[in-house]
Amino acid sequence: MIGLGNPCRGDDGAGLLVARRLAGRVPAGVDVLEVDGEPAGLLTAGERVEAAWLVDAADAVRAAAPAGTVLRFDAGVRPLPAPVFAAASTHAIGLAEALEIARALGRLPEHTVVYAIAGRDFGAGDVPCRPVEAAAGTVADAIRAELARYRRGRPPDRGGARVVGP
Amino acid sequence: MTPGRAAGEPASPGPVGPPGPAGPAGPDRVIRTGLLARVEGEGTVRIRVRGGRVEAARLSLVEPPRFFEAFLRGRAWTEAPDITARICGICPVAYQLSAVAAMEQIGGIRVDGPAAALRRLIYCGEWLESHALHVFLLHLPDFLGYDSAVALARDRPELVRRGLALKKAGNTVMRVIGGRSVHPVNVRVGGWYRVPTRRELNTLVGPLERARDLAAGAARLAAGLDFADRAPAPAPVLVALAQPGEYPIERGRIVSSTGLDLPPADFDRHFAEEQVPWSNALHSRLLPVASGDDRRVDGRSYLVGPAARFGLNAPVLAPAARSVAAETGLGAPETNPSRSILIRCVEMVHAADEGLRIIAGYDEPDRPAQPVAPRAGVGYGVTEAPRGLLYHRYETDAAGTIVSARIVPPTAQNQRRIEEDLRGVAERFLDAPDHELAARCERAVRDYDPCISCATHFLTVQIEALP
Repeated sequence: MIGLGNPCRGDDGAGLLVARRLAGRVPAGVDVLEVDGEPAGLLTAGERVEAAWLVDAADAVRAAAPAGTVLRFDAGVRPLPAPVFAAASTHAIGLAEALEIARALGRLPEHTVVYAIAGRDFGAGDVPCRPVEAAAGTVADAIRAELARYRRGRPPDRGGARVVGP
Repeated sequence: MTPGRAAGEPASPGPVGPPGPAGPAGPDRVIRTGLLARVEGEGTVRIRVRGGRVEAARLSLVEPPRFFEAFLRGRAWTEAPDITARICGICPVAYQLSAVAAMEQIGGIRVDGPAAALRRLIYCGEWLESHALHVFLLHLPDFLGYDSAVALARDRPELVRRGLALKKAGNTVMRVIGGRSVHPVNVRVGGWYRVPTRRELNTLVGPLERARDLAAGAARLAAGLDFADRAPAPAPVLVALAQPGEYPIERGRIVSSTGLDLPPADFDRHFAEEQVPWSNALHSRLLPVASGDDRRVDGRSYLVGPAARFGLNAPVLAPAARSVAAETGLGAPETNPSRSILIRCVEMVHAADEGLRIIAGYDEPDRPAQPVAPRAGVGYGVTEAPRGLLYHRYETDAAGTIVSARIVPPTAQNQRRIEEDLRGVAERFLDAPDHELAARCERAVRDYDPCISCATHFLTVQIEALP
């Protein structure tokens, strides 16, 4: 499980919030990582990963959803949607591009799920807005449930993109 | 949040509007890129053409170091390396080592021996990972006719794999020494929190030997690229660090192609920053040679980064890097900005070779850090970030609280130079359609690997009629 974001850029730290909620609360064999600045690092970090859950922030305007909205994407099946994962960012290589490079190189785990949390304030500061903070709890719970399902050998949820919450 | 242009989205340049009214020697037009969204800020390029002449060529950036300078005031001097590391996910070591150099000057200590060698080694790792990212994922697609790293990976996966292997070698060096590969946590004022064992460093030998070979291969590949289409830029003033007998990385005096040779403390006497209305990042310029109290800006831009380092320090590259430079026909100074891709490859050879040299001579120090006490004072730290000279200046009070901080990153220093180059590109290709001219301007920006480079693949272009 990988949380992405910049802890100094307000709502951009949403993915890190989720990672911190999950740290120490996941089954053995599951690594919880924080990537705060360079999703390109994902390309060299996941060579032996069999399944991945990633959480990133998305611009509420581009996601056409209020701050705190949670979106779920099955990135193992299809690319992340450009309208949500595009433009303003604090990262070097974007998550969408990193995943597509991994897919082209045959390195993308078949089971790759991306949760996006819509944020509204990406300015300097280390405090996310309340809806984003609440959404982080929603996503952490959802990922724990998915992990449990996955470990029971149940087939992955191929539901495609959908709004999970709030 | 990600800047990535997902598959299926049009390649830049994007939407193009109608041309402006015709002027005496061609249509008036403004070629303006959308967000150069990126690492810690935003940027756009704007070319204004009036009467068939390029009236203005502007690169607008937002630079977060301004925020960090404010964050730092009131914080403990020991916090500067970890706070400033957050400025960049690609080159955190540069910020950490410029910060500790300044604080150690205030504290009146000098870190040397194995602890200093480890600092040079972790910096070699950062050069590797940063240059590999730019060369293979951001710059190479321009030369091979791809609009993104994704397209390159689909058609030429072996090239991207090579770049990722190089990047991984650099990240591994940073992780083994710094505790993690992004925003390392092991650097401290006075030395390190923990030093690696000999055995731990030995695990880096294989990856660095492989990286040296890969980088040499990358240089041979880069030497065969087509650079003829690039508008040559007028010879810039080069500014870099220099240190007798070694290629500058983590220390040195500030030297220039105009004969400057300064200690870091004299930076402000020779370089000035000024605000321009179209960018939130300060523009840097050379000051005239000191003459009394005359500190007027003389208007000259200057260049920092690989081309400047190489131009001023090529003879002291590691032997393996010198050999590759000679084999690939790279000579100093190099005035074609696009050939910076070749210089980065040669610097990767150097970083790997230098890393191996340091590991071979490593003796684990008795203690990871020297004791150092807070003092009131002013300290200066200058190192060579992958993108060029990075200057820090701090003032602390007797308790070690930071009173003021000043950070001058390489991208801010290069802005004016990039704009001059953009003007030249626009003038040379003025007759080209808007989308082609915009694409050439994007490429010109990428040649400099600015800290906004990460998103220069995500440009959209808008054309506006002039009022």
